[in-house]
Amino acid sequence: MKTGAILLDIVNLVVARQKNIILDIPALSIYEGEILALLGPNGAGKSTLLYTLAGLLKPVRGDFYFRGKKIGLASEAFDYRRRVTVVFQDPLLFRGTVFDNVATGLRFRGLSRKEAAPIVERVLDLFGISYLMGRQAKKISGGEAQRTSLARAFATSPELILLDESFSSLDQPSRDSLMDDLHMILKETNTTAILATHERSEALRLANRIAIMNQGRIVQIGPLSEVMNRPQNELVASFVGMETLFNGKVLRCQNGSFVMDVFGCEIEAAGEALPGERVVCSIRPEEISIGEKSLPAPVSGINFVYGRISRITSLGPYVRVALDCGFPLVAYITEHNRERLMLSEGKEAGASFSPLSLHLIRKG
Amino acid sequence: MDLIIDGILKAFYLLVTLDPEIMGITLLSLKVSGTATVISMFLGIFLGTWIALTSFPGKRFAISVVNTGMALPPVVAGLFVTIFLWRSGPFGFFEILYTPTAMIIAQAMIATPIVTGISLAAIQHLPGQLRMQIMALGATRSQMVWLLLKEARLPLLAAVMAGFGGVISEVGASMMVGGNIKGYSRVLTTATVMETGRGNFGIAIALSILLFLLAFFINAVLTHIQQREKPR
Amino acid sequence: MRFRQYLSYLFRPASALFLVVVLFSLATNGCFRERKTVIVAVGTTIMDSGLLDELKVAFEKKTGYLLKALAVGSGQAMAMGERGEVDALLVHDPAAEKEFVAAGHGINRRLVMFNYYCLAGPAGDPAGIAESGSLAESLRRIAKAKALFISRGDNSGNDRLEKSLWRESGLDPVGARWYQETGMGMGHTLQVAADKKAYILVDQATYFRFLGKLDLRIYVQDGNKLINLYHVIEVNPARWPKVNKAGAKAFAEFLVSHDFQQLLTDFPRSENDEPVFRTGKNRKEEEFKQ
Repeated sequence: MKTGAILLDIVNLVVARQKNIILDIPALSIYEGEILALLGPNGAGKSTLLYTLAGLLKPVRGDFYFRGKKIGLASEAFDYRRRVTVVFQDPLLFRGTVFDNVATGLRFRGLSRKEAAPIVERVLDLFGISYLMGRQAKKISGGEAQRTSLARAFATSPELILLDESFSSLDQPSRDSLMDDLHMILKETNTTAILATHERSEALRLANRIAIMNQGRIVQIGPLSEVMNRPQNELVASFVGMETLFNGKVLRCQNGSFVMDVFGCEIEAAGEALPGERVVCSIRPEEISIGEKSLPAPVSGINFVYGRISRITSLGPYVRVALDCGFPLVAYITEHNRERLMLSEGKEAGASFSPLSLHLIRKG
Repeated sequence: MDLIIDGILKAFYLLVTLDPEIMGITLLSLKVSGTATVISMFLGIFLGTWIALTSFPGKRFAISVVNTGMALPPVVAGLFVTIFLWRSGPFGFFEILYTPTAMIIAQAMIATPIVTGISLAAIQHLPGQLRMQIMALGATRSQMVWLLLKEARLPLLAAVMAGFGGVISEVGASMMVGGNIKGYSRVLTTATVMETGRGNFGIAIALSILLFLLAFFINAVLTHIQQREKPR
Repeated sequence: MRFRQYLSYLFRPASALFLVVVLFSLATNGCFRERKTVIVAVGTTIMDSGLLDELKVAFEKKTGYLLKALAVGSGQAMAMGERGEVDALLVHDPAAEKEFVAAGHGINRRLVMFNYYCLAGPAGDPAGIAESGSLAESLRRIAKAKALFISRGDNSGNDRLEKSLWRESGLDPVGARWYQETGMGMGHTLQVAADKKAYILVDQATYFRFLGKLDLRIYVQDGNKLINLYHVIEVNPARWPKVNKAGAKAFAEFLVSHDFQQLLTDFPRSENDEPVFRTGKNRKEEEFKQ
């Protein structure tokens, strides 16, 4: 969702370390007010991109345009650096009180303690940690510390805030509450944010735009729903959680849909493909329903396969069922349904899903 | 044993009566070693921090040189300072051989590698991302360095104490470049050796006790600074 | 990190304090020639006996010079004189001194004072020298018994005299297991000898200073051979223009002056009520048979 003007434009960015190129991004635009998530495996270059955007890493080459103006001279770069702030995985608090920590950025910019006090109080209140103001920073909990780190970052009213795996070291409840608060604060202050994470759930919760990165490149970038539901290739698919991939040969097609053969099963999918073509499709696990193995009367608009349940894993709100139908298939169902259907590992079951849920990744 | 008791009693007596010669010697010890420590503190922390934060070719070699310098035998420093300062030496025209100034120079040479080496380790020991976090908050380079130094206060003060400890107890170089001249360049350590040579064991022990007390007092002050939490 | 930026960081109040401390120290230590200074090298026994303290006070009062007296062995003293690092010497190694002057390193060699050495040893007298009768015989008995003997071995006047006495007795103990060299001053070496119950050649001033503290006895005294002569030599200013010619002269003059010789007489006597240092006034070196 493009919320506004372009805040930052990057062109031809290349970062290298000891003669190896670790980041290569031909173009990237950051829009004002958006929350962009960088998702990808470890070593994909997410942190590198963040640090470079923060002005902490020097690229081999690349042009930066902040609000349309090019950043060139050292002084301009310093000004830019002061408008951007980073929050790391570790709170990295300094010796002293929570107040001292949160006031740090303001003190750097020349404010006295007295001048900084109202701002510090306001931002502590924003994050719900006013009660920590006089406490020694070394003596607070992990969740409190990360809130302090965020408050410290927000105190200087940055135009762009970069979060590098900032929730990874927290326990789930702390993570949830903090993400909710942060989302609200970002929206209220209209602060642009980029967060790097390898946790899909974080991206889903906070971001409105998502970029999948791998090996120093942006593989796909776009609005959340688009990337989540229409991944461009298998890597992106796996990263957005489309665990089931169909590798098939098109048998026949008609307007807007086609039927493919996947390990002997006939599967209908929406999309344009010609007979004889090899295609790769994916489907989100939530879109698959699990039921009895016995074949129902043919129903329009439903694909049906069956196989043996190879694994059942409970994942909090839902249950992951892995079915071996000659090819692997993964579905998410509720616990309630799992009990009702008396599903267990080794049992045979059937899976059904709509052709419209299948997403054609590529042909060939 | 009674010799030690005699020494303790003598030390007590000298302190209480504020024996002028002993007070002079003690004050000179403090002045010389204190100045040398202050010099080494500035030079050492500066150098140690710079090496730790900068990458340059041959950095590892530089660090091993510093670490070797920590083990520099004080008498070697004394010998080199003597050679440079005597009349036929390059700095002979200053005419500072056999003065407390020469002693300060020699002791600073001994203490600086110690302070440098420990400071270097102290800065390197800080979390790697701390530097980036500080910069990300909008610090200038000097603001960042100052904050890093504050974060590393504990080991940095340990470095200063190590430097001070190394020179307050030093005798070889101090003797060589100072000359142990009465009322002028005589310090507690050189006086102790001299009194032992003269057979005045009681006074020698008394001087040792004073030296110990002096070192203890200074270190107590430094430890207090090191360990205190900011009152807020 | 640029070096210049780092330097600019240095100018903070703390650095100002640093500069103040250093300057203050330098000022109060007076590194740049506060008053006229004369640097002399004296034998360690002169300092150990306490004579140096009185000498310094009296000399400085009379002449206004600041006396920097370095207590080193005679060998080191002459080495320093050869390099022009000191202005005058007060040493007690006549053989080496004569070479020193002959080589042109020093001038105006004058007798100042003298005292005696003695051969001391443990109460048990393991080498049986008590009845030996002569110095040479005592040394031979020590060598024969391989009794422990401690030498200074530091090229001082004492050390060189001691070694020449061995030579005269036809012996060469250097390197033997029972002949041990400390390389230290007289006081320290004497303590080592007492601790190890060994024989030692020691000047009487030092011996009597330690009387009662160490368990050693005097066995041999010899007015002829065991004589300890102190001479003052001015370092040759023609060779070393940097020496303080006037200061050296003043020092030498003082040592042979009536004031100093009186000081020697007034100097507290040793335990056996003998003068620690005897005045050299009106005595000639040749009088003392070596």
